[in-house]
Amino acid sequence: MTTIASPASPYVPTRGRLARVLARNGAGYLFLLPWFIGFLGLTAGPALASLYLSFTDFDLLTSPRWIGAANYVRIATADPRFIASMQVTFVYVLLSVPLKLAFALLVAMALNRGMKGLPWYRAIFYLPSLLGTSVAIAVLWRQLFAGNGLVNSFLANFGIEGPSWISNPNYSLYTLVVLSVWQFGSPMIIFLAGLRQIPQDMYEAASLDGASKWRQFWKITLPLLTPVVFFNAVVQTIEAFKAFTPAFIISGGTGGPINSTLFYTLYLYQEAFGFFRMGYASALAWILLVIVALFTAFSFLTARYWVHYDD
Amino acid sequence: MSTSVTLSKVRKHFGSVEVIHGIDLTIEPGEFTVFVGPSGCGKSTLLRMIAGLEPISGGELRIDEELMNEVPAAKRGIAMVFQSYALYPHMSVYKNLAFGLETAGMKKAEVAPRVHRAAEILQIEPLLERKPKQLSGGQRQRVAIGRAIVREPRIFLFDEPLSNLDAELRVQMRVEIAKLHRDLGNTMIYVTHDQVEAMTMADKIVVLRLGHVEQAGAPLDLYNNPANRFVAGFIGSPKMNFLDAGIEGADRSSAAIRIGGEKVVLPRSAKDADGKVEFGVRPEHITLAGGENRIPFAKVKVDLVENLGGQTLLYTTLADGQALTVSLEGQRDIQVGSSIDTFVNPATCHLFDAGGQVI
Repeated sequence: MTTIASPASPYVPTRGRLARVLARNGAGYLFLLPWFIGFLGLTAGPALASLYLSFTDFDLLTSPRWIGAANYVRIATADPRFIASMQVTFVYVLLSVPLKLAFALLVAMALNRGMKGLPWYRAIFYLPSLLGTSVAIAVLWRQLFAGNGLVNSFLANFGIEGPSWISNPNYSLYTLVVLSVWQFGSPMIIFLAGLRQIPQDMYEAASLDGASKWRQFWKITLPLLTPVVFFNAVVQTIEAFKAFTPAFIISGGTGGPINSTLFYTLYLYQEAFGFFRMGYASALAWILLVIVALFTAFSFLTARYWVHYDD
Repeated sequence: MSTSVTLSKVRKHFGSVEVIHGIDLTIEPGEFTVFVGPSGCGKSTLLRMIAGLEPISGGELRIDEELMNEVPAAKRGIAMVFQSYALYPHMSVYKNLAFGLETAGMKKAEVAPRVHRAAEILQIEPLLERKPKQLSGGQRQRVAIGRAIVREPRIFLFDEPLSNLDAELRVQMRVEIAKLHRDLGNTMIYVTHDQVEAMTMADKIVVLRLGHVEQAGAPLDLYNNPANRFVAGFIGSPKMNFLDAGIEGADRSSAAIRIGGEKVVLPRSAKDADGKVEFGVRPEHITLAGGENRIPFAKVKVDLVENLGGQTLLYTTLADGQALTVSLEGQRDIQVGSSIDTFVNPATCHLFDAGGQVI
């Protein structure tokens, strides 16, 4: 073996390699640059800034003042509205996500039966998902469930005098749950794609074994669909934790009546832009991030016990 | 006790397209029947109609004389092995085998011995706790068969069960399925497009084409006495040679045929045939030497020689340019480009009329 001593310093080859990488992949990095600038400027930068601000007292007008963990301590010990918003949000998440997924699966299974005009139905059912988070739909929802709204007009046909759903603290949150369930299009499309992946042979084998449609659903469809259920559950849970517009419009930004629609994000918004307590709101935002992360981590940890992957 | 299957004028149409055109067929108790034919011939559709997975559009299906047209699949006493195996990927092998029994409401204590017995027959007992994804193709195939066995059905149906396996495993599983049939004695119906599988496994072969039964019978009957050109070409490998020929003279018991300038007299009547016919002879029925019962056939030119070790294939042409394949036993030293004399036994030659029917 021949060894050739290199007269160059150890740094020269490193710089040379970098130059070579840039020369080879320069165009790729150039295309990446807009995303990277956006990521740094609009995602990573603000996120880190809000982490810093969560340890400060900041009213947007004066410079942030470092107060250590005081915001977090106050949230944990002396903020009844934090507890109220948490309760509202958890009830909303725990009700709306399973109901939405169940409804989406039901519609997907109905659409998966090879009916005529399937693309039209698919588009029509998907529409609410596109419109659902808009201000216009929230306003429409407010009109539907108002005391003299369409829902009560419909109930009046049967002699039922409905309450003012959105101004009654016993019902207001549930109108928002219904609104969320109505936006079933996105998980439905994913369920439909998942259902199409289940080989017909499995159902034929099961029907030869005498399995009823009900048993086929529980023993074949649902287990084989668990990767899709898992994906939809994680995405919809995150979406539900982030829900803001409907509660803001329906309650007029108050979270009322009696905090019954005080979603966590609405409370955070009030603290940030109503009371200009930006440092406190940042702390609230980070707590939400941690909660969502914990939920997601929990989902992934438990997935191995109930999600069946084919390979 | 084994079970018979009878099809009378069975039809199937999808919308306005008829794919099975009035099939009559009887499968005797304990018989291993193979449906064979090219893609699109309707063999899988016919099997699925017997299984109850496809409705019957017309005619009657009887299992042990009982009309089955409207009987649900689960109540026909059949079990089916699918081409894709159709194993439930989220269940262990044990659960896959037990699924049908549990669905039938059988108690766990009764399920376990039946599952273990089936696993023992197929030598998959060490695999019972595994999931299908942890099994090889051959092992999955065994589990799929096990799932059928465990239900103790009256009839086993196999829908191209070996087509996903490699050549070596296919041969091995073929032997095992044949052995299983011998041991269990059930009526079995097996679909394949592979005529070698059909020839080696079947008691009865049913050759299908375009939704019609072309011929049904014992494998060697079909090989020796094909009813038409299609069956003659489909059964046997390498496939039968078909040569354009003309009838020069025929009486009650013989026919003089001219093929590529050569004259051959066959011991069969071709009086009713038109002047033009097709002459068929299997490659393995042609020899390079005369002898008892053999007559000179044609001088051919060798274009290609394939030495397969135990067999030598010659691809040759007649004087008029028609192709003739010759299959010889053992290894032969024959030069490409050489001319050789061939001989045939007239009893193994076939004549087909213009409609492809045997004369």
